[in-house]
Order: sequence, then C-alpha cells, then structure tokens
Amino acid sequence: MSQNFRIALRFLTAKKRAMVMSLSCIILGVGLFIVTQAATSGFQEFFIKTILGTNGAILIEDKVQQTLRSLEAGSYNSGYEVRQKEGQKYIEGIEYPDILTNGVKSFHNVSGVSAVLRSTVTIRSSFREQTGQIYGINLEDHLKVSDLASQIIEGSLNDFRVQEGGALIGRVIADKLQLDIGENFEIEYQNEIHHFKVSAIYQTGVNDIDSVRVYVKMDDARALLKKPTGATYLQVSLFNRDTAREDAFEMSNSLQYRADAWQDREKSWLGVFRAFGVATAITVSVFTLIAGLAMFNTLAMMVLEKTKEIAILRSMGYTREDITRIFLWQATIVLTIGTVAGCLIGAAITYAVSQYPLPITGIFTSHKFLVQWSAKHYVEAVATAVFMVMAASLIPSRRAARLEPGDIIRGTAQ
Amino acid sequence: MADAPKVAIRCDSLHRYLGKDEGRVHVLKGVSFEAHAGSVYAIVGPSGCGKSTLLYLLGLLDQPDKGEIWIKGQMMSNSLDAVRTAARGEHIGFVFQFHFLMLEFTALENVMMPMRKLGKLTPTQMGERAAQLLNDVGLADKVHRLGTHLSGGEQQRVAIARALANQPSVILADEPTGNLDVKNATIVFDLLTRLAKENGQAVVLVTHNPDIASRCDYTRPMRDGLFV
Repeated sequence: MSQNFRIALRFLTAKKRAMVMSLSCIILGVGLFIVTQAATSGFQEFFIKTILGTNGAILIEDKVQQTLRSLEAGSYNSGYEVRQKEGQKYIEGIEYPDILTNGVKSFHNVSGVSAVLRSTVTIRSSFREQTGQIYGINLEDHLKVSDLASQIIEGSLNDFRVQEGGALIGRVIADKLQLDIGENFEIEYQNEIHHFKVSAIYQTGVNDIDSVRVYVKMDDARALLKKPTGATYLQVSLFNRDTAREDAFEMSNSLQYRADAWQDREKSWLGVFRAFGVATAITVSVFTLIAGLAMFNTLAMMVLEKTKEIAILRSMGYTREDITRIFLWQATIVLTIGTVAGCLIGAAITYAVSQYPLPITGIFTSHKFLVQWSAKHYVEAVATAVFMVMAASLIPSRRAARLEPGDIIRGTAQ
Repeated sequence: MADAPKVAIRCDSLHRYLGKDEGRVHVLKGVSFEAHAGSVYAIVGPSGCGKSTLLYLLGLLDQPDKGEIWIKGQMMSNSLDAVRTAARGEHIGFVFQFHFLMLEFTALENVMMPMRKLGKLTPTQMGERAAQLLNDVGLADKVHRLGTHLSGGEQQRVAIARALANQPSVILADEPTGNLDVKNATIVFDLLTRLAKENGQAVVLVTHNPDIASRCDYTRPMRDGLFV
C-alpha cells in the first residue's frame, strides 16, 4: 500500500460524513443512470425485437425501373431537347423470387430470406367473416427470418407442416371469428373460396398483425391467388441488424429492387422512443451534473479542512504531486466503492422495476415493465461517474498542491 | 562557495516582503545567520519582528525575495520546488507551536510519516526507529494512541520525535513551548536540546520565553526585520 493511498484512506475514514455524502452522490448517480437506461431502452429494444421478429430487418419489394430521360434532339449541341420528368417508377411485386433470393443471399450480412405472397382476402368462419390478409410462405424459410416459432401460443407448427390446407391465424382473428385449433374456415379471393384448417394460433403482440394475417403454405396461396410464380416481397433477416440501412441501400442499388430497412419502416415509433430517450437523458444529465457539483463541493471542503495537514506533509518532504495524489486517491476510493455499490443498487432496482406489472398491447405485448439488461449501461454509468468524479476532484486536488506551506502555517493561505 | 562542515545552515542578506500593494511590508531587511551542528540557537524578539518568517525561510517553506540560504553547503534559496521539498525531507525537522500532528494517525504512524516519504529504511526498521524515538520522548506506552487521544504536551513530544525521524541536520522549532504549561514546556525543551545535541543537530528555535532563551547556547534578538 503506497503512503499516499494510506494517508488518503485515513483522511477519508476520519471524515465519515463527507465520505457518506460523496458516496451517496456517486451511488445515486450510477444507480439512477443504470435504471433509467434499462427502463428506456427496455421498451425500445422489445419493440425492435418485435418488429424484426415479425417483418424482418429488410423488406424487398417492387422492381425499380428508370423512367425516360430527357433527350437531345437534332445534332450534338443543337440546343433542342425533348424534356421528360426524370426519376424512377416501381413495378409491384417480385417476378422471379428464386433468382432474387440467390442475389440477396450473396450479401454477407444476410442470415435468411423468405419469399412471401400476400393479398387481401375475406376470411369466413361459421360465426362471422372479416377482411384479412393471406400470407403464402415457405415455413422453413420464414422461420429463419421471423420469430414465428416462438409466437405460436396454441397448436403446433408441425401440424401446419403436415396438414393439408393448414393455416396459422392471429390471436385477434381467432377470437373475432371464434376459431379454435383444428376448426375449418374459408378464405375467399375474387369469388373463389378455399377451405383451410387452423393448425396453430400465433400472437406477435402487434395488433395490426394479429388481427389480419393468416399464414398458409406458399402452394396453397398460389392456388387461391392464381399466381403460379412470383412473390409480393422478400423478407430478409440479418446477422447485424444495425447495418440494415446500409445493406438495404446496397441491395437496392445492385438488385434494382426497392429495399426498406426496419429503421425506415418504423421511423415514427422509433422517433417516439428516441424522444423519450432524449427526455430521460436530459433528466439523468441534470442529476449527474448535480451529483458532480455535490462531489466537487465535498472534495473542495475536504481540501479546505486539510490545509493544516497539507502544510505538515509538505514540511516533511511530501511533494506537490504527493498532495495531488492523496486527494485523487480519496476520489478514487470513493469512486470505486460508489460505482460498485451504485451498480449493485442499479441492478437491484432494475430487477424490482422489471417485476412491476404493466400490461401493454398494441405495438407489442407485455405484462410487466420492460427493462433491458445490458453490460453497456453499467460501463456507461461507470465511465460517466469516473469522468464526473475525476473532473470534480482534479480542481480541489490541484488547488491543494498549489498551497504554500509557509502561507498555511502563517495562516494566510487563500 | 562551500561551507565549513560544522555549519548546518546559513543565510546571507535575506529580504522578505509580505502582503500586497499598500499592505506590503518589508519583514526581513537583509538578515544573515548561521547555525552550527550540535548548538541550540534562540531567536527572540517582539511579535512581528520577522522571527517566524526567518524560520520558514530557513526551513524552505517559503522563498526569500532576495538573499541566499545554504544547507549543508548547498544553496537552496533559488532551487526548484522539488529540490527544496526533498531537502526539507532529508535535512530539516520542524516543530511547530500548535503541534501539527496528523490527528487521524497514531503516534507511531506520525513519527513514521517522514521516514516513509524518505524511503531509506524498510518498514520494519521504520517502525523500530519510530518506537525508539517515542521511547526517547517518554511515550513508549502511547505509541498506538491516535493524535486525538494525546494531551498537548504529549502531542508536542510526538512532534519532536517526528522532527528527529530522518536524522536531519537542522531542527527548526517555532515557539515549541508556546502552547504548553511550564512543566511541559521544560520537558519539551530539555528533550529537544538533549536529543539534538546527542545527534549533533543544529537547533534553531523561535521563542518569546526568556527562560527558554537563556538556556540556549546562543540567543539572537531581532527587531524590525534585523538582528540587533
């Protein structure tokens, strides 16, 4: 144990009130930072997980076609021009999904691709009918780009695989049409009616999905919709979801199909979460600043109270650097204890908050307050505390080192 | 210019101003002084005559505006803060009027503190030397007491032991008995002079006490910033 550390530790333990004050500031700062980060990002993370688990990271639909361009008329530099409105137009759907799928799979970040054939239909049970959307999928492909497997709440995917005319229906549709597992229902498209059987009921938590989507096998969808080839869109999953925008841009450019990343599809909701996050960040920043100022005051008070000791130490041969180190050691000791305790308290409060019952449905389904457990929050909280405490302690420490021992002993230290 | 070996500390024509602007006072007006090893010097004089200012300058706690200070033949007055700090730790022991112990530490730890900074001894040797010094000042049974649990006289004795810890060439004492009763003042003065003489150290003390001054080897009266 270095002598400076020994002195710092004894100074601290002798001034319990000041130490408790400093510790409280750091513990509260770190704890609050962790809890707010966990709570804020918990909802956003769950929302992102939900949208990725339902619609994938990227949707590729509609072929891009360049429209006519302006042309010069007559000879070169004739000054005559046939003007056209320049731009692009989109041709709905995907003509050759297998070829496009192979092209998409050549992107190294792509983890799965599923071709989907979609159309608006009428769904009818013996109880009532409603408008919905039929989604023709190849199940194994679709399981790679969605969380459909984990969204099944009744029945089984295996039944869907083996049953002729099997269908997966949303929880809300099932309730509305009073359909149970194994029951038959009709889907009507352009006056043609096909019969399906409920293999399983899924629940994504997103009302817009659970109330309209019926998943059927691709062949059944093709037969009903009379589309032996083609697809409405490709649903793509990625290894790294954060680069979806860049990947979508690349795909759009190289494949000549419109590709939408999840960040752009869900811009409005993500904007709401971002605003919520900024509001929380402002609150946390203000609190952290107050905690930092309190820490600064406490350390400045410690220096003021220890001017006599500084003079003694300097008279015994302790250097200005020693004095700075003693006060920085004090800050470091308080910081270490404070951040460890703050992290533990932050984790405990986060756990308590996560047990708070808070039923949410609509954009996703949750029964409890959502939190995100992430090491990043703890690292950020500790880094913020280190920055604040070191900034708050550096000025008093340097001031202590600058004190002239002769001035202190004469009682004229400023 | 090198000093003769027996001169522990010497100063030539020291000038020191204190305060600022119109409050600026010429406290020392060209003071010269030297102290020899094994001798005890008393600097006496009325309050404000510059005794303590001279002592702090000699102890390198302050810097003169003009003049030179030599410690063991090395000029210190114009040296860097780091050099003066190191010299304080190695060559100078201080005893202040108000004890100035580190009250959060025990008597033993207080005495070990300068030794730990100098770092010439092992921790065991430091502990043994500190215990010996406390024994020399009559505090063998109170080595593990915190500073707060010692009387004024005991604290001053610990301060003397601490001043002697690194075997400095010069002991500088600013009114070391000024805050003690007669009995304790006599004990402390006797201790300081006896131990310093045994170790061949020069003792320079500032005092208002004529009895104490009369028992020193040399008395140097000061007035208005000059020796008279």
